[in-house]
Amino acid sequence: MGKIGLIIWREFITRVRKPSFLIMTVLGPLLIVGGIALVVYLGMQESGAQNIVVIDKAGLLTNKLKETDDIKFYYEPADMSDSVFKASPYSAMVEVNPLVLENNTIQLFYKALPSLSTQNYLSSEIEKVIEKEKLRVNQVDPEVYQRIKTALKVQLFDIDKAGKRSYDQAKAGIGFAFGYLIFIFIFLYGVQVMRGVMEEKQNRVVEVLISSVKPFQLMMGKIIGIALVGLTQFLLWILLTSVLTTVGMSFAKDQISASALEQAGPQVSTQLQGQLGQGLETGEDGDANEQLSMVMDIWNDMPIAAILGLFLFYFLGGYLLYSSMFAAVGAAVDSETDTQQFMLPITLPMMLSIFIAQTAVYNPDGPAVFWCSIIPFTSPVVMMIRIAMGNAFEHPWELALSMGLLIATFIFTTWLAGRIYRTGILMYGKKVTWKEMGKWLFYRG
Amino acid sequence: MLVLEDIVKRFGTHLALDGVSMEVPQGKVFGLLGPNGAGKTTLIRIITRITGPDSGKVLFNGTAMTDADASRLGYLPEERGLYKKMKVGEQALYLARLKGMEKTEATRKLKEWFARWEMDGWWNKKVEELSKGMAQKVQFITTVLHGPKLLILDEPFSGFDPVNAELVRQEILRLRDEGVTVMLSTHNMGSVEELCDHIALIDHSKVMLSGSVREVRQRFSEATYRVDYKGNKVAFADALSFHGELLDHNEAEGLSIARVKLLHNSTVNQVLSAILPAVQVQGVHEEVPRMHDIFIRAVGAKETRPAAAEMTE
Repeated sequence: MGKIGLIIWREFITRVRKPSFLIMTVLGPLLIVGGIALVVYLGMQESGAQNIVVIDKAGLLTNKLKETDDIKFYYEPADMSDSVFKASPYSAMVEVNPLVLENNTIQLFYKALPSLSTQNYLSSEIEKVIEKEKLRVNQVDPEVYQRIKTALKVQLFDIDKAGKRSYDQAKAGIGFAFGYLIFIFIFLYGVQVMRGVMEEKQNRVVEVLISSVKPFQLMMGKIIGIALVGLTQFLLWILLTSVLTTVGMSFAKDQISASALEQAGPQVSTQLQGQLGQGLETGEDGDANEQLSMVMDIWNDMPIAAILGLFLFYFLGGYLLYSSMFAAVGAAVDSETDTQQFMLPITLPMMLSIFIAQTAVYNPDGPAVFWCSIIPFTSPVVMMIRIAMGNAFEHPWELALSMGLLIATFIFTTWLAGRIYRTGILMYGKKVTWKEMGKWLFYRG
Repeated sequence: MLVLEDIVKRFGTHLALDGVSMEVPQGKVFGLLGPNGAGKTTLIRIITRITGPDSGKVLFNGTAMTDADASRLGYLPEERGLYKKMKVGEQALYLARLKGMEKTEATRKLKEWFARWEMDGWWNKKVEELSKGMAQKVQFITTVLHGPKLLILDEPFSGFDPVNAELVRQEILRLRDEGVTVMLSTHNMGSVEELCDHIALIDHSKVMLSGSVREVRQRFSEATYRVDYKGNKVAFADALSFHGELLDHNEAEGLSIARVKLLHNSTVNQVLSAILPAVQVQGVHEEVPRMHDIFIRAVGAKETRPAAAEMTE
């Protein structure tokens, strides 16, 4: 093992052995999956049984709403005063005005806000009954109505990709996720590089090391070692997360299909359910199928290997570009409080890249997106969206330019950072300014 | 062994080293002296190739020093430290391997050193659990472990208690006797006198003084002698007359102690033959200047008061 290998090994092993690494490795996927699960759970969760009283003066709805285990309907033909409602055991009160057939509006009063799914269920149930009523009033044959009713679906096609449906939005989302990962990685581990350099400078280990190895080796060893820590952590996260989600999904699937079965009662014809349904319980299978085929389409449509390869490229390229600058900052300052002024120029383009990436999701062909996907300081994040959308593959020279520039720039910043680093690590007690740092670049080695 | 030729180093407008030349002889302890900010650390960093000179040459065994030569040196920097969270053994091993040692050999030698310096049981301790002196011991060992032919020690005694400072001192002498060349930079003039064979004194970016310790002392010697005698002070002073000047005089318990400066190139013998008839001489010693005084005189007492204060540490 060469000297740089030794340094990489030390940087890697001391970090991986830390309890915090293990904790983060376990906690990371738990937090991710747990977060998703919590959102899903909270969405599905009913805040207990809902006893809803329906004030139905016109008798439009009475006994026509389908109940579930948790949602029970009670009907009142007369107004109920607020105080009476408050004293009543009912959790919510729906007022249905006879004018509902004209203005399509009802009022829901509640003691505690019912969950979104309860609200959706309620409105879809009432919608169905009112629609039936309207058909009856207007003397329209439900059969005829079914034929007339139109739920328009717009299928998107990119003319350059003959015969294939386009899922640009979904792909842009995937690209954004990749870009965001790169952003997080650069920040998380770039700061670790800076801290590591600062630690070595503060406790003066660097003075000892520097007689055995060149400053550049020391800096690169640290950068590469920490990159390996990050990659290891990500790999473990992906592994753990996929295991957790597989387990979680199969569990959730059982739950959902059970509740969907319960909710789909025999009264409503399945055909009507499919056509009218915009509620939660209706069209469950249809949506799932739709989504599955979409996922399959996207999967088949995207050059997965190329995207993952480019992800890795931009991931490492962006990290190398920024971490060398973080290393230079760490070397230049004496304490963490002094880092602020030098951090700003580093964090600014990073922030910009995330903002541009957000606009790129909706407008991948805009000039800002184009330039930011070429400029190396923003390209790792922004280009990922163009790659995921396939846009980058249509302009291979742009992709090549972006990649080439990234390589050239990280070689340049690493060289630059190396020069600041080797002077900075041996300089104590001096308030460093930009001008001072500029001078360091021209000191003889 | 090590020859520096006309080294010049500039930081911006500040001239850190201005034509520094010196020769460090093989197998000797060479003292690099000078007040703070004189350019010692810069010079050492040029020798260890941490930084390069603007002009001038560093010759190691007759040829220009290479990176490979430099990485084989043993260098104990003045500002030194260890990774606090790492275990002592692991850390020493890491530093040894960075110096190019094989893992097994480094482990074996480290165990030997740990046993010799009664540091058994430290191997798995974290550095942050060690006292300052203990950490300094580890640091000294890692500097010399790989058997360097040239050892550069910058303030090696700082942070040591007297017992361990003596341990290090013996170790430096032992290494010298084994043929290792030692360059010692220190403010501790006592240790310079005890250890150094040669010195060079840098001030204001220039070499102000260099040579063997004996020679330097001779150069600063002012032909002053201490004469212990029994007898009459007036008779003593009269007898001296032409040959010497009485600088000061003390009497304690019947013994007189006189400091005499020889005049007109007189020899000690001439002085003795002049005073012997007058008083009973008990002893005559040449007063050789201490390194401490030489340092202050060479550097100029006025402007180096802070440095002089530090020397007495």
